[in-house]
Amino acid sequence: MKKKIGRFYLAFFAASLVVAGALSFYASSHPDGLEKVAEDVGFLETAKDSSVSGSPLADYGISGLENARLSVGLSGLIGVLATAVVAYLVFAISKRMRKSK
Amino acid sequence: MGMIIAKLHIPDGFINIPISALFGVLSIAFIAISLRRVGAALDDRTTPLSGLTAVFIFAAQMINFPVAAGTSGHLLGAALATALVGPHAATLALTVVLGVQALLFADGGLSALGLNVFNISILAVWVSHLLFTTLRKIFAKSKSGVAVAATIAAYISVPIAALGFSFQYALGGAGTISATTVTSAMVGTHSLIGLGEALITFITISSILATRSDLVYGYKPALEVRG
Repeated sequence: MKKKIGRFYLAFFAASLVVAGALSFYASSHPDGLEKVAEDVGFLETAKDSSVSGSPLADYGISGLENARLSVGLSGLIGVLATAVVAYLVFAISKRMRKSK
Repeated sequence: MGMIIAKLHIPDGFINIPISALFGVLSIAFIAISLRRVGAALDDRTTPLSGLTAVFIFAAQMINFPVAAGTSGHLLGAALATALVGPHAATLALTVVLGVQALLFADGGLSALGLNVFNISILAVWVSHLLFTTLRKIFAKSKSGVAVAATIAAYISVPIAALGFSFQYALGGAGTISATTVTSAMVGTHSLIGLGEALITFITISSILATRSDLVYGYKPALEVRG
């Protein structure tokens, strides 16, 4: 039973890696609903650049990496790992908070 | 750069700083409640699932799907997360995703983080939870009943999050366009995008119910907010 559950978690994680690392290249690059509405209705020009727009990972790419497939795929993999680490910390901390009560 | 993956979330500037700060404070309050409550709802089996839910939603949000001419949509994941791990863990998982996106990928402004967290991690999650639990009482307590309840909740959660933005715009929008115009455009577009949300939610929840239904929060016999 324990082995099996590990296999399920592994499959779920692997699916996320494939989606972020490989399938993301095929995503539609059209503006999403909010951006499209802002553009059509006419308040898109009020948008400001994020204070971290200089991040090497800004806009889901690796700055300086020319190959688009590699750039978006790698940034996706980094995002998956970063999300995994932060989520682990959050859920581990909240579990510990309960134990210490 | 940025030609492939469209921006997904509210950037800085759309909503003024006082209203952004107000939603930041509101979001922090809800997150604090969920942090306190989630420990009681999670066990050794569902804790990893909560983290993996965040990971999967991050990945899935990268896949913008075309909806209409020149427009794309993407998963929010609120209903999916709520059905999988319950509302408190869903709030935390989605907040992690939004935080990573804003800080590492410059997607969603930093001052707008509270607005995004409120609309997706709180508003969409709790409306999904309410709808999901109500629909589950109506449908047969079967795997397909759970999947359909989550799917309907997923569809509704998208225009609900759009309404959240419209409300924020009415309170503190920087643009000069009337809030009524923005609201109808937001709800109209997102009623279409909701179809994609429903489809992705249905496929994901059905696959997990087929393999490990015992891990799915929404499939447990006694469904209530635990803790």
